[in-house]
Amino acid sequence: MTRSDQTGTAFVSTLAIAAVLVPILNQLVPVSSPLHVSTYVLTLIGKYLCYAILALAVDLVWGYCGILSLGHAAFFALGGYAMGMYLMRQIGPRGVYGDPLLPDFMVFLNWHQLPWFWHGFNHFPFALLMMVLVPALLALVFGWLAFRSRVTGVYLSIMTQALSYALLLAFFRNDMGFGGNNGFTDFKELLGFDLHRDSTRVVLFVATAIALGASYMACRAIVKSRAGRVIRAIRDAESRTRFLGYKVESYKLWIFVFSAVLAGIAGALYVPQVGIINPSEFEPINSIEIVIWVAVGGRGTLVGAAVGAVLVNYAKTYFTGALPEVWLYALGALFVLTTLFLPRGLMGLLPGSGDAQ
Amino acid sequence: MTGTLPPELIPGPILELRDLTVSFDGFKALNALSLTIDRGELRCIIGPNGAGKTTMMDVVTGKTRPDQGSAFFGEINLLDLSEPEIAQAGIGRKFQKPTVFERLTVFENLELSLWGDKRFLAALFARLTRAQGEHIADVLDVIGLGAQRGSMAGALSHGQKQWLEIGMLLMQEPDVLLVDEPVAGMTPQETERTAELLVSLMAEHTVIVVEHDMDFVRSIARRVTVLHEGRVLAEGDMDAVQSDPRVIEVYLGE
Repeated sequence: MTRSDQTGTAFVSTLAIAAVLVPILNQLVPVSSPLHVSTYVLTLIGKYLCYAILALAVDLVWGYCGILSLGHAAFFALGGYAMGMYLMRQIGPRGVYGDPLLPDFMVFLNWHQLPWFWHGFNHFPFALLMMVLVPALLALVFGWLAFRSRVTGVYLSIMTQALSYALLLAFFRNDMGFGGNNGFTDFKELLGFDLHRDSTRVVLFVATAIALGASYMACRAIVKSRAGRVIRAIRDAESRTRFLGYKVESYKLWIFVFSAVLAGIAGALYVPQVGIINPSEFEPINSIEIVIWVAVGGRGTLVGAAVGAVLVNYAKTYFTGALPEVWLYALGALFVLTTLFLPRGLMGLLPGSGDAQ
Repeated sequence: MTGTLPPELIPGPILELRDLTVSFDGFKALNALSLTIDRGELRCIIGPNGAGKTTMMDVVTGKTRPDQGSAFFGEINLLDLSEPEIAQAGIGRKFQKPTVFERLTVFENLELSLWGDKRFLAALFARLTRAQGEHIADVLDVIGLGAQRGSMAGALSHGQKQWLEIGMLLMQEPDVLLVDEPVAGMTPQETERTAELLVSLMAEHTVIVVEHDMDFVRSIARRVTVLHEGRVLAEGDMDAVQSDPRVIEVYLGE
């Protein structure tokens, strides 16, 4: 316990230092200095931190509650789409077609009216609510049906994968009203701040770091509570937990919905930083990649999941730049090697991690 | 806490089974079984395979419904209650195979077995009260795992896991404890400790032990009931039962 506390403190401290230092190195250190961090790198790290939030979400359900979700990319994408809709509405008359109300792709499709579900997204608080509520609602309905029917193990994993795939196909369709396979891009500003300015990028980076820190603290509070011990008990002996009088379905549902909300927040922070959201975010492979990040970092450790997400994605950036055709093989090999030689992930390498949960 | 009938107030029978019959495809697992257990007793139930020991426990805990007969726990008609309701009413059952939460500590295993609000939000904000902490400490004392309170349950020996499981039952303060083959697979030392543990539970709880190990039964039993073909063959203290020629014929003589 104390060991995981120390690791957690180290993680939050590192994050806090990064949240201060990286913006300073970007804004105050001259470009000529070797210590200067370019806005490209700052945004890249911001993207990794979004992935780290997503990894926390998956570790909470998989590492602690034993629910292997292969559909978390869907919750991430839904949060991203909600943010994207807000950003699209902010473009206003500055689109290519200059329509004051309709985003470009709707004009292109010869639409004359804004679909009902696009209303309200010009208000940031409403959009913010949707970033959280839409993933939560999907997780609630899906989880309620699945857990109540006592679908577990590989069957549940397949269903989550199918859910994500169904959404992928739906979002590809133009008449869904989400921009089809092009999705949303060409964003201009967020809350009035120009998304192409370095200072806006810096603020987004800091916001992501704070969101990651807060997500970690929330997850840690949950797993250290009695409810956290109950979900670990469910993971290890579900029917025994039920026999003790705990409503297993309800515990799973709470954790699953909370995890989906985290994934949605991660997606919402991701979109303004990368500048695009399209249906490829629903790709089943994305959900599988998240599981690999968690496995590499260390399942059921929270910090490991976040660190795994950053490291694997750093490797991905490097490989897809240097040796693009090798990346998928490298990812597969990484997963196999981790499973064989590091069953507890990178966190298992820390001294005294023998009492990890 | 759970006792609808405080033990010190009402002496006499706590469990009364009358003419219980259970048949599976024509085979009578219980055949008009009648059995009375007194409050605070430590009763051993023995009998050859298929004598109806497990079926009897299943009826008492609500897992199996009898075709005929009645089963009363004090004033409570057990046949009206569901399995969880019977557990709530104060009858705890320890299964043969220990199932503890291996990746939680001994202390945490007991904590999760506490009575109380078991809903998610209640558990999320739950703090261990002083009384609950003392209760856990008492149970740790009784089951002799005080030194292992911080160890992962998965690291315990087989015998220790059995005691932990008994401890998890004790957390719920049952009036009646049904214990199915507690010493199967235990070392002689563990068997001896288990005997001491069960004897120490007597009086405050009513303990019913189903066991094959005759030496073990001899070491703890005050009163022994021999089941055979779904009914009671003999009942009495160990010496009387052992010298009963019918018992020798069906069971002990083998």
